[in-house]
Amino acid sequence: MASQDAFGRTAAPRSSVLNDPRVRGVLYQIVLFVLLVLFIYWIVGNTVDNLRRLNISSGFAFLNQRAGFDISQSLIAYTSDSRYSRALLVGLLNTLLVAAAGIVTATIIGFVVGIARLSNNWLIRKIALVYVEVFRNIPPLLVIFFWYFGVISVLPAARDSIALPFGAYLNQRGFYLPKAIWGDGAWLIPLGLALAIVMAVFVARRARQRQEATGQQFPVMWTNLGLIVGLPLLAYFAAGMPLSFDYPQKQTFNLTGGFAVTPEFLSLYLALSFYTASFIAEIVRAGILGVSKGQSEASFALGLRSGQALRLVVVPQAMRIVIPPLTSQYLNLTKNSSLAIAIGYPDLTAVGGTILNQSGQAIEIVAVWMVIYLGISLATSAFMNWFNAKMALVER
Amino acid sequence: MQEHDLSWVRTEMALAEKAPARERGVVAWLRKNLMATPVDGILTLIGLVVVALIVPPILNWVLFSAQWTGADRAVCATVAQGGSQPEGWSGACWAFINAKFAQFMFGRYTDSERWRVILVAVMFVALLVPLMIPRVPRKGLNAILLFLVFPVIAFFLLVGGAFGLPYVETQLWGGLLVTLVLSTVGIAVSLPLGILLALGRRSRLPVVKAVCVIFIETVRGVPLVTVLFMASVMLPLFLPAGMTFDKFLRALIGVALFASAYMAEVIRGGLQAIPKGQYEGADSLGLTYWQKTGLIVLPQALKLVIPGIVNTFIGMFKDTSLVYIIGMFDLLGIVRQNFADATWASAQTPMSGLVFAGFVFWIFCFGMSRYSIYMERRLDTGHKR
Repeated sequence: MASQDAFGRTAAPRSSVLNDPRVRGVLYQIVLFVLLVLFIYWIVGNTVDNLRRLNISSGFAFLNQRAGFDISQSLIAYTSDSRYSRALLVGLLNTLLVAAAGIVTATIIGFVVGIARLSNNWLIRKIALVYVEVFRNIPPLLVIFFWYFGVISVLPAARDSIALPFGAYLNQRGFYLPKAIWGDGAWLIPLGLALAIVMAVFVARRARQRQEATGQQFPVMWTNLGLIVGLPLLAYFAAGMPLSFDYPQKQTFNLTGGFAVTPEFLSLYLALSFYTASFIAEIVRAGILGVSKGQSEASFALGLRSGQALRLVVVPQAMRIVIPPLTSQYLNLTKNSSLAIAIGYPDLTAVGGTILNQSGQAIEIVAVWMVIYLGISLATSAFMNWFNAKMALVER
Repeated sequence: MQEHDLSWVRTEMALAEKAPARERGVVAWLRKNLMATPVDGILTLIGLVVVALIVPPILNWVLFSAQWTGADRAVCATVAQGGSQPEGWSGACWAFINAKFAQFMFGRYTDSERWRVILVAVMFVALLVPLMIPRVPRKGLNAILLFLVFPVIAFFLLVGGAFGLPYVETQLWGGLLVTLVLSTVGIAVSLPLGILLALGRRSRLPVVKAVCVIFIETVRGVPLVTVLFMASVMLPLFLPAGMTFDKFLRALIGVALFASAYMAEVIRGGLQAIPKGQYEGADSLGLTYWQKTGLIVLPQALKLVIPGIVNTFIGMFKDTSLVYIIGMFDLLGIVRQNFADATWASAQTPMSGLVFAGFVFWIFCFGMSRYSIYMERRLDTGHKR
């Protein structure tokens, strides 16, 4: 087997081709691939057999059948005569609603608690610590049950509703708010808002250009605040104040009118917010601690006030540390919203579960779940990655 | 050289002066920590108001107004609700926990066989505690007993059906038993599986890498509830007719697979943090891939990610409560199920049960996180940047 190279030296004898790492790698992969294919073949074969035996026809045609069940909360028109596909859409919208509301609230609570954890004030620091340690160490499902069975279901019955400011009521059937009724010409208001946002973006861009060119600053924040509040207000008055409220009315056994937030939504929303906020607080704390002290000292040395130092120097750098884990917390919150099924909030998982029980189309429903949740995850990650790239350190 | 005659030289250090009066003692501490600035003072006031609003009612509910003993719901309900308490009373119903305690621990596990569960628990603690205390010797033997011998014994003790022990079906299991079995088995499976997946994800072999990436990203993208549904509804479809899995085992597979995907990402973080020189050094010593990984890379990588690993454990421990959704009764599930018990149903029962369950979960999770902080400090060899 020995061969000679150009200089007449004898190359080391090779014992076997199998010792070549590249050959081995290819072999391993072929074995893995074959095993995987056999495994999938086995599973698919079994599934087809089982489905035939159980008389379940596969495919997504069942989505056009009549749903036949009611959904307690729906953002779009839905009756029990609607199709399965419509029911799933209602579920998806409910998931998105509770996730979006929860993300906003959890972020606010989380940032407040996270900053409070670093406060110079001993008492504030300890309160924040207790909050974080309590909520981080109990299951989210327990927090949901806590709000649902422990708090909301022991509120007074509708007859003895707790009256809150602005005509709102709270009882064990939910939270009743006045409902806004928009009259004719109300479309002017969103139009005004849209116009204001466009102008605000324009103003901000021009102001930055001017500052870069001449060094002169322009009060961007106040101008834009004025625009965004002022233009819709102007539109509101121009349209002749087309807004009235439908207040919930207290009857003997029930509340009528108004806008009702269901106890299920309220429990889930509060639980997800409080639970996730404890994680966000730790992330924020780590982010602020991660910016070296020299940065804020240097900004003081440059003569920045403490607010400016925080806004221009510390927070932008802390955000770089905070954003990636914050993204995964947002995703966790969205995924945890599937716990809704435990208290009967009609989210995607709960509606899908009902359909699964009715139609027996397990594979299709699980596929729908996976595609939608994966889609939400990927979309959120993509957005946060874009945001992260925007905030990232620009290096040479 | 002539000796200088110095009239006086101090030969010992002067004792440190005490700090000025305004810098020590309770008052100084208060001033520094609670009232450094006017804003601080206002914050302290707000904090005090919050504490005053929250703590006394909680203490009152948990301790002073709580009912510790009783036979049924009468002790935990007001007169108007058909009980014996005065109007407006509100307090924890620990009598409910007291009456249901055995059920919360074992579920419906056969009464006469519960000594087996207790024996397993005692063995587990007796093997785990010495392993966790660094000073105790014979770690190797201890680890073999815990990881190889104990699981076999525990399996036969818990399930039975051999050595003259009656068979106890997993349908009857419940309470803390289910929570602990699911989470310990999940931990034991997810760590090695997670390591393999993480190594696979960093492999140079494209097929291995693709399989691992697809598995990890798919599992991480969907909620555990969906994975559990899949395990409970779809797994039977995947198997040949006649071959069935125990429901408990299906849940176990779901939880373990779910946790291993998260574990893989944590461990990958550790693998990425190991400098390239370590890999190259191992290669130049002529180590094979598995020697390199097992002797050089993993010991360093795992040490780096201990906090992440423990966080995953804690997450999994909490997530076991989700098996309630597919109809199994872990600690939280069985507490929830007992809300409907007519003997005990009262306005205070749900909250009491949940506070109890929360406390048990909290003890375990908090303990794990403290131990992880301790280990992290102990293993910190000062190489951290």
